[in-house]
Amino acid sequence: MTRFLIRRILLGILILLLVSIVVFAATQGLPGNAARAILGRQATPARLAALTKQLHLNESAPAQYWHWLSGIVRGHLGTSAATQGSVSSLISAPLANSAFLVFISAIIAVPLSISLGVLMAVKRDKLTDHGLSTGTLLLAALPEFVIGIGLALLLATAYVWRALPSVSIIPPGEHAWDVPKVVVLPALTLILAVTPYISRIMRASMVEVLHSDYVTMARLKGLPNRTVIWRHAVPNAIVPAIQVSALQLAYMAGGIVVVEYVFSYNGIGTQLVNAVTNRDVPTVQALVMIIGAVYVLVNLLADLLTIVVTPRLRTAGR
Amino acid sequence: MSVEAVATDEAAQLVGAPSIRSRQWLVLLKATLRQTRGKIGLTLTTVIVGFALLGPLFAPHNPNAFVAVPNLAPGGHLLFGADALGRDVWSRFLHGGWTVLSMSLAATLIGVGLGLVVGLSAAYLGGWADEVLMRIADVFMAFPQIVLALLLVTAFGPKVYLIILCVGISHAPRVARVIRGAAQQVVERDFIKAAEAVGEPRRRVIFGELLPNVISPLLVEFGLRLTYSIGLIAGINFLGLGLQPPQADWGLMIQENRLSLTVQPMGVLLPIIAIALLTIGTNLLTDAFARAAIGIDRGGD
Repeated sequence: MTRFLIRRILLGILILLLVSIVVFAATQGLPGNAARAILGRQATPARLAALTKQLHLNESAPAQYWHWLSGIVRGHLGTSAATQGSVSSLISAPLANSAFLVFISAIIAVPLSISLGVLMAVKRDKLTDHGLSTGTLLLAALPEFVIGIGLALLLATAYVWRALPSVSIIPPGEHAWDVPKVVVLPALTLILAVTPYISRIMRASMVEVLHSDYVTMARLKGLPNRTVIWRHAVPNAIVPAIQVSALQLAYMAGGIVVVEYVFSYNGIGTQLVNAVTNRDVPTVQALVMIIGAVYVLVNLLADLLTIVVTPRLRTAGR
Repeated sequence: MSVEAVATDEAAQLVGAPSIRSRQWLVLLKATLRQTRGKIGLTLTTVIVGFALLGPLFAPHNPNAFVAVPNLAPGGHLLFGADALGRDVWSRFLHGGWTVLSMSLAATLIGVGLGLVVGLSAAYLGGWADEVLMRIADVFMAFPQIVLALLLVTAFGPKVYLIILCVGISHAPRVARVIRGAAQQVVERDFIKAAEAVGEPRRRVIFGELLPNVISPLLVEFGLRLTYSIGLIAGINFLGLGLQPPQADWGLMIQENRLSLTVQPMGVLLPIIAIALLTIGTNLLTDAFARAAIGIDRGGD
């Protein structure tokens, strides 16, 4: 297991390195000199030369990549081309807001969709199952921004019920958890976006387990239905659902881009869209690297969780 | 996005399904449309595609002409009122579908085509070629698709061909994985070995022998990726990073009118409903096809 773990971690690091090369290479396609872009047309040649040197723009591409990468690793994310402030200070508050949003969405979505999956499997081919299966199938087709704007129309305008703010404004200096009201709609959107996948997988694996011999055995022993389902069936059916949950968590790292933008929620998603609009390259690079790192990390975590919850794998290779 | 697990799961089951050759096509198609979800899916898709393709012919106004006061309420001389700039919502809606449709279709074709070639090659060649191809796929999958698109837009600006290419390329590794999984189970079979023994060139073996046996998972992937392409492309246009004003486009319409949502919802409502019905339609159709191919619903719903 340790060997597998090391292999898996090394692979994660390799992927992150390759990701960083792609991020760096993509921004090398930019026309024009970054120093001129920062200083503007009126810059004197001397200042231009100084900044070019400071940003290492006169060096070869591999050397520039090395400067950028070693900076990122040490936490120096560079200077924002749009605000002239450091990227770290620009994105620290949004990063916390996004983390909060994903956290809230995940702790509601995962138990909810696993319970829904169990419910569908237990009520297999009954009305509850058909209704929920169809509902999740329809929901799975919808793009996040369609879900988000649909929710805003239903819950944040006077047409149906004006219960919540349609725009998630967080006052400067405050964090999302200080104004919980603004988190509701973006979180609800993310929950609706990921629930279909987790619950459908849970249903499928639960249906399979409920058909297995040992569940029949447990029933024959006369164990109460509740014990059979929650003590015997669920622990064995939950592995695929955990994997998908982790994948969905990783997906949220990308999903927040659109969802945050829909509600103007001040997180890294909105920041990323703004940075792309302003062509603020250092900020885009930093945010993409952060999102990529979260993605790789969560996938790694998914593999670890799978080992922990699968007794067969836990002892293998010891 | 991420129904990888679901997609792979379905594809794995599809390998057992008979390969599609001439007659079986019809059987499969019938089995797809015999299901209620297949019928509803086909109807929704046809209606929305019809709006997108034929809409421009029936638009009462020029989509870019200023014909009323901004945010004019529905009714009166404009059926669905005017948008935030005073243009006819109904005409812009009728003109705005084909961009979403054509861009998504192009991206899907690129992604599925590329993924097919990579997946088949990886499965057939095996060994280090397989390893290298799949590790490259891993790297591309380490990005959420929308983030990859935004990265490219930063580098090259909002170019339509670039967004199509980017969405297509970001589909490719996901398709490649599924196709590889499906093809691996075919590679070991005798008829492939026979074809090799007869001395058929590699390309003939891959596309003549291997390909016909992965058509079912390929079509399921096509439907799935088309559904995602529509969401991604409309999403990028909605973010204002794709097509630029004054282009009439469903994604862009939502972006332009979302601030006047409380005054005049039609400019947002029409395109939102159209995109929702289209993705639901393609998804239901794909799901019905996948079920038909696995054989769950063969012989009646």
